Amino acid sequence: MKRIAPVLLLVLPLAGCQGWQSALDAHGPAARTLADMFWIFTAVLGTVWVLTMGALLLALRKRRVAGTDPLATDPATERRMTIVVSTAIGLTFLTVVALTGISYGGQRALYGHRDGAISLLVTGRQWWWQVTYEDPQTNRVFTTANEIHIPVGEPVLIKLESVDVIHSFWVPNLTGKMDAITGRQNQIVLQADRPGVYRGQCAEYCGLQHAHMGVLVIAEPKEEFERWRNRQIASAQPPSDPERQRGMEIFMSKPCVMCHQIRGTDAGGKIAPDLTHVGSRRYIAAGTLETTRGNIAAWIVDPHGVKPGVQMPTIQLEPDEVQPLASYLEGLK
Amino acid sequence: MTRALAPHDAALDAVPEPSRLLTGRPSGQPGMKSEADAPPDPRELRDDQVDGPELTARLATTWGTTKGIIGALSTVDHKIIGRRYIITAFVFLFLGGLSAIAMRMQLARSESGLIGPDLYNQLFTMHGITMMFLFGVPIGEAFAVFLLPLMLGTRNIAFARLNAYSYYVYVFGGAMIWIAFMLNIGPDVGWFAYPPLSGPEFSPGKRTDFWAQMITFTEVAAIAVAIQIVVTVFKFRAPGMTLDRIPLFVWAELVNAFIIIFALPAVVTASVMLIMDRLVGTHFFNPAEGGDVLLYQHLFWFFGHPEVYIIFIPATGWVSAIVVTFARRQAFGYIPLVLSMIATGFLSFGLWVHHMFTTGLPQLGASFFTASSMLIAIPNGIQIFCWIATLWDGRPVFRTPLLFVMGFFFIFVAGGLSGIMLASVPIDAQVHDTMFVVAHFHYVLIGGNVFPLLGAIYYWFPKFTGRMMSERLGKWHFWLAFIGFNITFFPMHISGLMGMPRRVYTYLPEMGWGNLNLISTLGALMLFGSFVVFLVNVIVSARRGALAGPNPWDAGTLEWAAASPPLPQNFDRIPVVTNREPLWAHRETLPVAAGLSVENREVIVSTVTAGRADLKETSPEPSIWPFLAAIATTITFVGSIFTPWAIVWGGVPTMITLLGWFWPKADKESET
Repeated sequence: MKRIAPVLLLVLPLAGCQGWQSALDAHGPAARTLADMFWIFTAVLGTVWVLTMGALLLALRKRRVAGTDPLATDPATERRMTIVVSTAIGLTFLTVVALTGISYGGQRALYGHRDGAISLLVTGRQWWWQVTYEDPQTNRVFTTANEIHIPVGEPVLIKLESVDVIHSFWVPNLTGKMDAITGRQNQIVLQADRPGVYRGQCAEYCGLQHAHMGVLVIAEPKEEFERWRNRQIASAQPPSDPERQRGMEIFMSKPCVMCHQIRGTDAGGKIAPDLTHVGSRRYIAAGTLETTRGNIAAWIVDPHGVKPGVQMPTIQLEPDEVQPLASYLEGLK
Repeated sequence: MTRALAPHDAALDAVPEPSRLLTGRPSGQPGMKSEADAPPDPRELRDDQVDGPELTARLATTWGTTKGIIGALSTVDHKIIGRRYIITAFVFLFLGGLSAIAMRMQLARSESGLIGPDLYNQLFTMHGITMMFLFGVPIGEAFAVFLLPLMLGTRNIAFARLNAYSYYVYVFGGAMIWIAFMLNIGPDVGWFAYPPLSGPEFSPGKRTDFWAQMITFTEVAAIAVAIQIVVTVFKFRAPGMTLDRIPLFVWAELVNAFIIIFALPAVVTASVMLIMDRLVGTHFFNPAEGGDVLLYQHLFWFFGHPEVYIIFIPATGWVSAIVVTFARRQAFGYIPLVLSMIATGFLSFGLWVHHMFTTGLPQLGASFFTASSMLIAIPNGIQIFCWIATLWDGRPVFRTPLLFVMGFFFIFVAGGLSGIMLASVPIDAQVHDTMFVVAHFHYVLIGGNVFPLLGAIYYWFPKFTGRMMSERLGKWHFWLAFIGFNITFFPMHISGLMGMPRRVYTYLPEMGWGNLNLISTLGALMLFGSFVVFLVNVIVSARRGALAGPNPWDAGTLEWAAASPPLPQNFDRIPVVTNREPLWAHRETLPVAAGLSVENREVIVSTVTAGRADLKETSPEPSIWPFLAAIATTITFVGSIFTPWAIVWGGVPTMITLLGWFWPKADKESET
């Protein structure tokens, strides 16, 4: 019974791998190639495992007369076994060559071309992703964080860099991972077939908050993407209601401005996420908390309770300052 | 049991001239004279002049270890040191296992607050380095230290004092890192310690320096033992043990020793460069000053991949020994088995880049490493097929050791096959650094090393202690371990494919990994329970197990000719080997060579290929100096964590102890 249990378990992922961060739930051409290769390899190698274990069990089931000399060997049996073992080795060799060929084909399909309609510079930082949309027109270049929008059906070139330690950019529903290495630039192409929200996560151990370094990729139709991009390029609108105006004053008078930028205001820090349109992003703290006023307040009051060790310091705030501040940030759509 | 070999004994036909030992006539290289060519001193008592209990007692005195704490610390007996080595490695296995259980408890549910990120990162780092450096490498060598001289028919390991020294260095290094962990200054940068994360900017404090010096400690110890193994196998074999009569276990240890000698210097280089970046401001791995972070990865994995085989190859030796004994048939395909071990050893140095497929290397180069990584399936396949053929044509006897070898087949082959997936550049892009990889290498390492190891403990326990282990508890142990292992690690394949990275201390509930992780944790508890059964079995059996006698399994290799547990001299007279399985070929009396001194520690040095007795050589007497030298080394290494000047002033005590160790001293032979 135990022997077939692993085989049964092997079938489980067929049903269980739907998910918004699953390598087998492919939503792009690269991920589909990879998922197909995975299943081909699984089928071939699973067969090899079953055959080998079958041979082992047969070897154990065979009953022979007891009591003969362990050194005595029968030349005919030796010869037969030599033939069988040599054949098995030959088949192993052929399997390995075939799989190497398939692997090489997949590699060419995946890394063959290296350009996209749009190019992004994604910089890994402890522990969030800085995203800069490049454009030949410098006034259309903008920076955001932890949320990447891409147009459906178009290849998008991601240039990966790191300013501190090594990270790895991985959105499994769309393609395989690529490291963001200090002092180097790597490139990877993202392409989604249909609209959707795909989650990714840092895949190279990068310190205390490696577990909370998520990224969202949102694939949307071209027009919607362009609308989003134009909104992101624009500076932040000054708030109109008094609570948010108060929140803005608090933000500008606190150390927040040393690290964060809000375009269109005096806040010009460049070492923490750009907050110009933070309210439009689905998550804060690199995919850790959904963007709600309550979560923003909780994060500002105690960032180390949410992400112990995070670079953001705890800012001294009066109790009545928290709500306006959160409200202001949430309003930065 | 044994008798002296007369000059014209029939068994001699198979032995290429062990003539000097038998007749005193010189042989060896023409024109070369050595001490051993001199006729035996008539005043010296030789083992052809006494016999029976008197010979046994006199040899036991000559080779014995004196009582008391100084005696215990001075011993150079490979069996005592080997036993300590094995027990210490198991202590670290249990410590590593406990750190794994702590991690599994934390991951059992999403957003668990049981263990914070700082402790969790220390835990997985300690788990990794304990299993790799303090258990994985030493356990293979530990078995070699105990068993090799017995299997090769000699009385001690080569460089016996170095053997004692290497054990103490290993213990002190392991103790240092665990004490650092207990003081909350344990390393937290992973067992691989990639810069820049491990560099001075992102890991201030001393944590990473402890990691780097732990590497230095264990590598010094491991390389020293590897050298002893190579020399013992090449020069200390019993007369008549030609290359093709060396037991498969010994071949495995020999190949393993060569891999250690060539692989470990790379990681020592990497860790020393890292500690220099941290302590004296070099910039080897600092891109801002022209350094390169990928250089570190190349150096580390040039060691790190062979490391997998350092852990696996000794296990192939255990499997070979157990399969042959319990199949009741000599190994099918001895030569292919040996050649595939050697091929694995060579190929293991050509695969390291598959740990770096996602670093953005040139694609053509990466695909070369895909091919070489897959190629290693062939020598491993040859071994698996030859073992199955041996069982096929044998008459298998199902005892606990063979049961664990069956577990090895089921688990290791599955792990090896998922390794073929990881060898593919594109597939690796998805599963690299996810729980899938965690599942894969636990299938390879637990399946490929721990299961054979447990089988080997059940198999050689009678030789270590003189008593049998309980079969009933052994079967409980096996089934709990086998089922618990699969429940723990199989679901990790799926959680990895569902996007769960490695080395995360927690995960969000909406990721959907909760159930899989809970199953893994329950399996881990079961696996841990199996080790508790094992521990009980070891302790109870060591006290009250059935007495074993010299050869309880009716095995064929030489260690079973010695008493259980072996006497200090191993054998009263050195056996002469005429067959790969000497005890099966000579069931009545084992041919032996005579002519060694009874009063001095003499061993036979034989030729490398033909195993012809060549020289009589003295083996070192016990000495406290290796222990003192290990303490001096420890002071130097630990001191260098805090100041680079420790290398300078630490050199003084180290030099003094080494002078004491090597001080030329007239041996007893020349004094008389």
